[in-house]
Amino acid sequence: MTTLLPVVDAPAPRVPDLNLDPALAASWLEAFLYDEIVVRRNITRAVLGLSGGVDSAVVAYLAARALGPKNVHCIRMPYTASSADSLADAQAVIDDLGCEAHTIPIAGAVDGYLDLEPDADARRRGNVMARTRMLVLFDQSAKLGALPVGTGNKTERLMGYFTWHADDSPPVNPIGDLFKTQVWQLARHIGVPERIVAKAPSADLEANQTDESDLGITYFEADRILSLMLEGYDDRKIVARGIAASDVALVRKRVDSTHWKRHLPTTAMLSNSAINEFYLRPVDF
Amino acid sequence: MKVAIVQSKPRKGDVVANMAEMQAIFAQLAADVEPYDLVVFPEAALTGYFLEGAVYELAFDAESLAERIANAWRSAAGALRAPVDIVLGFYENAGGTYYNSALYLSVTPTAHEIVHVHRKMFLPTYGVFDEERFLSRGRRLQAFETRLGRTAILICEDAWHAIMPTIAAIKGARVLIVPSASPGRGLSPSEPGRGLSGAGQLESVRHWMNVLTDYAVEHGVFMIYAGLAGFEGGKGMAGSSAVIDPFGKTLAALPALGAHILRATLDLDEIDIARARLPLLGDLGAVLPDLLYDDELQPHHMRRAAPAAVGSGDVR
Repeated sequence: MTTLLPVVDAPAPRVPDLNLDPALAASWLEAFLYDEIVVRRNITRAVLGLSGGVDSAVVAYLAARALGPKNVHCIRMPYTASSADSLADAQAVIDDLGCEAHTIPIAGAVDGYLDLEPDADARRRGNVMARTRMLVLFDQSAKLGALPVGTGNKTERLMGYFTWHADDSPPVNPIGDLFKTQVWQLARHIGVPERIVAKAPSADLEANQTDESDLGITYFEADRILSLMLEGYDDRKIVARGIAASDVALVRKRVDSTHWKRHLPTTAMLSNSAINEFYLRPVDF
Repeated sequence: MKVAIVQSKPRKGDVVANMAEMQAIFAQLAADVEPYDLVVFPEAALTGYFLEGAVYELAFDAESLAERIANAWRSAAGALRAPVDIVLGFYENAGGTYYNSALYLSVTPTAHEIVHVHRKMFLPTYGVFDEERFLSRGRRLQAFETRLGRTAILICEDAWHAIMPTIAAIKGARVLIVPSASPGRGLSPSEPGRGLSGAGQLESVRHWMNVLTDYAVEHGVFMIYAGLAGFEGGKGMAGSSAVIDPFGKTLAALPALGAHILRATLDLDEIDIARARLPLLGDLGAVLPDLLYDDELQPHHMRRAAPAAVGSGDVR
């Protein structure tokens, strides 16, 4: 049969790519840090926990752009189980940026408590380490006159893959609305050493731990699912876009069981002036 | 017609500091050799945009605000620099009813006059926005006479509804002033070389520029867009103030980030030339009544009973 007219097909619905314009993101986040730290709070310095992973590395580079590297205090807080590579990778960031660096081991503080709790499992031990690191970070904040800057990304926030009131506690966070795969794109643009971008992400709370084995899904797949889920697509529609139903179910379960972790504590409301219910003031007021 | 857009970056809730800043900006403008006809500030320019419950404490009545601004202009710029017109977005307390408003103020060496107060009609109340929780809707879109000719003001979401600039233009507006506070969002890549320091533009800014340009061309109007700047609790107000001529050409545009002043000289005769070339507004004026007085546009309860189909009773 001869074709009379050429035909143009619209593509089938697909998973949106999460590509971002990294130069735009970097400029925006640099301005965010400057406005929130210097303009709003009249503070010139930042302090952050530098783990050797990509998230805190990206935040260190952004903070150095916003405040100048000498105003950025990077704290390494190794525990005895932390990998030696983490310390070395953090050092690469410190050397490249020329930021202020401090190494404060947390084993004494952590074990001082955990020695009393010899039966604590890995999850409890990990939470104690994360909370100890925040204790150090906030005390260093007071010592240095520097604002703690958070380093949690959108994927881990949505999956609840963090310690409540620990990783999420710093008052400003430049990357909390970026999926992990977007953090990687930004990292490559702003010059984070490739070794840090390419390595398997790890909370580094136990030996040989990786995020993706903890979560049971790759970040690439989790981000594709999360982005559709947050746009309002139901599971059936996400699966119809070629994503495994088991992966969708896994992500849905994690998101739906952790909404509380993305909120302040639940307070009993008793009056017409309950804080954040009736008495409403923005955070920057 | 010389215009300045002040892309301001107020300190949240600090009216005293923001008024002082405004006065300093007036002094800077007054130092220019050629005087300004119009100075435009963004939405919520004296307080910041996101106020939640504090909006009631930081709302002004239009008369006293007009007096403060007129006095600020005179003391900063000197009486010789008047007359000048000033447009400013503010939260309005109209006897206990609160609006998101914009003032059009005319200042002379010895007096001032409120030419118009536009009250925002479309209050975004979705996602990050919560205006209607705190504010009442404006009920009227007016065009009004100014030294620029007939003008209308649309505040932020007012301008995302195509019918608003359409009605304004039909009412005779030749210049549309759009004070805005738009939290920037959307990082997907755009064409290179635009926006922030060689990077692309935010998706929200792209949308703004598209709609403003489309309205300018369709109706043959100047668009004066004044965007608030600065971060408010993580939400970055995406500036991007711009002047667009009636052919859809961007005469000048500011970056998304930071406080700036945009200066532009408008040749208002271009409006007639543009409308002669593309007479869409004239066409619209002829057809719009048919579109608007369509019974189907009325809410169900206000519709007339549907007339019986002609001759339907005879069909067999």
